[in-house]
Amino acid sequence: MHEEIIVAGFGGQGVIMAGKLLCLAAMKEGKHVSHIPSYGAEMRGGTANCSVVISDNPIGSPVVPHPTIVVAMNGPSMRKFEPRLKKGGLLLYNSSLIDFKPERDDIEVIAIKANDIAEDEGSKMAANMAAIGRLQAVKPELVSLDNIIDALKIAVSKRNQKHNEVNIKVLKRANSITA
Amino acid sequence: MSDQILMKGNEAVGEAAIIAGCRYYFAYPITPQNEIPAYMAKRLPEVGGTFLQAESELAAINMVFGASAAGARAMTSSSSPGISLKQEGISYIAGAELPCVIVDMMRGGPGLGNIAGSQADYFQATRGGGNGDYRVLVIAPASVQELADMTVKAFDLADQYSIPVMILGDGFLGQMSEPFTLPKPSGKNFKKPWALTGAKGRKPNIIASMRLTPEDLLEKHNLKLQKTYQEIEANEVMYESYLLDDAEYVIVAYGTSARISRSAITELRKEGIKAGLFRPLTLWPYPYKELKAVSERAKKVLTVEMSLGQMVEDVRLAVQDDAKIDFYGRTGGMLPVSEEIIRKVRSYGG
Repeated sequence: MHEEIIVAGFGGQGVIMAGKLLCLAAMKEGKHVSHIPSYGAEMRGGTANCSVVISDNPIGSPVVPHPTIVVAMNGPSMRKFEPRLKKGGLLLYNSSLIDFKPERDDIEVIAIKANDIAEDEGSKMAANMAAIGRLQAVKPELVSLDNIIDALKIAVSKRNQKHNEVNIKVLKRANSITA
Repeated sequence: MSDQILMKGNEAVGEAAIIAGCRYYFAYPITPQNEIPAYMAKRLPEVGGTFLQAESELAAINMVFGASAAGARAMTSSSSPGISLKQEGISYIAGAELPCVIVDMMRGGPGLGNIAGSQADYFQATRGGGNGDYRVLVIAPASVQELADMTVKAFDLADQYSIPVMILGDGFLGQMSEPFTLPKPSGKNFKKPWALTGAKGRKPNIIASMRLTPEDLLEKHNLKLQKTYQEIEANEVMYESYLLDDAEYVIVAYGTSARISRSAITELRKEGIKAGLFRPLTLWPYPYKELKAVSERAKKVLTVEMSLGQMVEDVRLAVQDDAKIDFYGRTGGMLPVSEEIIRKVRSYGG
């Protein structure tokens, strides 16, 4: 198993944290993981993203130019990263905020109404959890849902631990979607 | 596995320095290493240490100079253009035979360049960016674990030889998070009878930077420094070999470039191509003899760097057979591409 993932959205959607959560969960399973945020002169209202690698083998570059999985939380992210996906890769996009369709026909595409699900369960801030929950269902070999839930204890700051109840509800709900 | 934690390379350096007993850290901010000062600002007061954000890079290195002269374990960190500004202080510290640790998370240059990772300051680190016949011991880690382990070791080496030790990383290593285990303190304790501690009940110590009489003072002092450097060259060379026993094609790379080269080697081996990695962990002292021995069995030696050809000069000094040498580098914040390394090595087979 070797997946190179980009989680992207606008600042505040929790994309960096979502990437960390995947790493912390996969670590528990003894997998090799790396996480690197994009940093630099990002445009306001533009995209924030992180590269995550989860692998059975030692990781070379932590930077992911051509991902096998893209999680796009907003329109600009999908525009930026859909073309970079490897052939046969997975594009999981937030159809609550993205009102256009992906263009490529050589990739697997999954839409999730991440904001709607999160809001419905009590917090629109948890849209990132909806995306991760759904990703786990589509790629169960990546990491188990139990370990993702367990990793919330470390991934979420002390100040925000109180939101974990909602986070878990959103993770589970998105995870149980059958499409 | 259970005691592994996930941290950025920069943060791991900070925690490792505290584990090593560093209680004085002075710096001026610059991306991509800002998590080091941020971490030290938070952590040092908790352990009774001093964090000070200096007014400039030059001020920061001179604060390290002062703390070190007083016998303390002191550190500063910066990134490429900031390290350029510290060179005067580094030369003075080397001349004064004082220990300290300097972290350089290299970024794209020249000038202010950009803030992505780079390895274009190999010359600056290994050839001395400051004036005079001096050396800095340079360690080049390739993972968050190694960044942490080598930071602890750097303080011991600095104290043992009374020399500045540089941890040479890059923006990618500093920014990336990886699981690692916190290093243990080495437990080594170095006596510093030369330290300026107030001269109560003893003759004053003097730490000098200037020796105006060349014949009997400055040359003699330089010869003494060289003796220390020879000792370091004899005892402190570090490198890693990966699949070199039967390697026909040797890739030489350090830091982030070595990680990418390793991935390429894994792919090449699947095709039955006998490639291996020689990874210097100390860039000065450089593992010349060890690389020479490995290269004698090889058909080709490919150096991979995030620069347009700096370490390759040391590889040439080691191998002494230019026909065997090839080079692949990306610069300006770009990473070498695994596929390109594979393509190059494949082409050697004809």
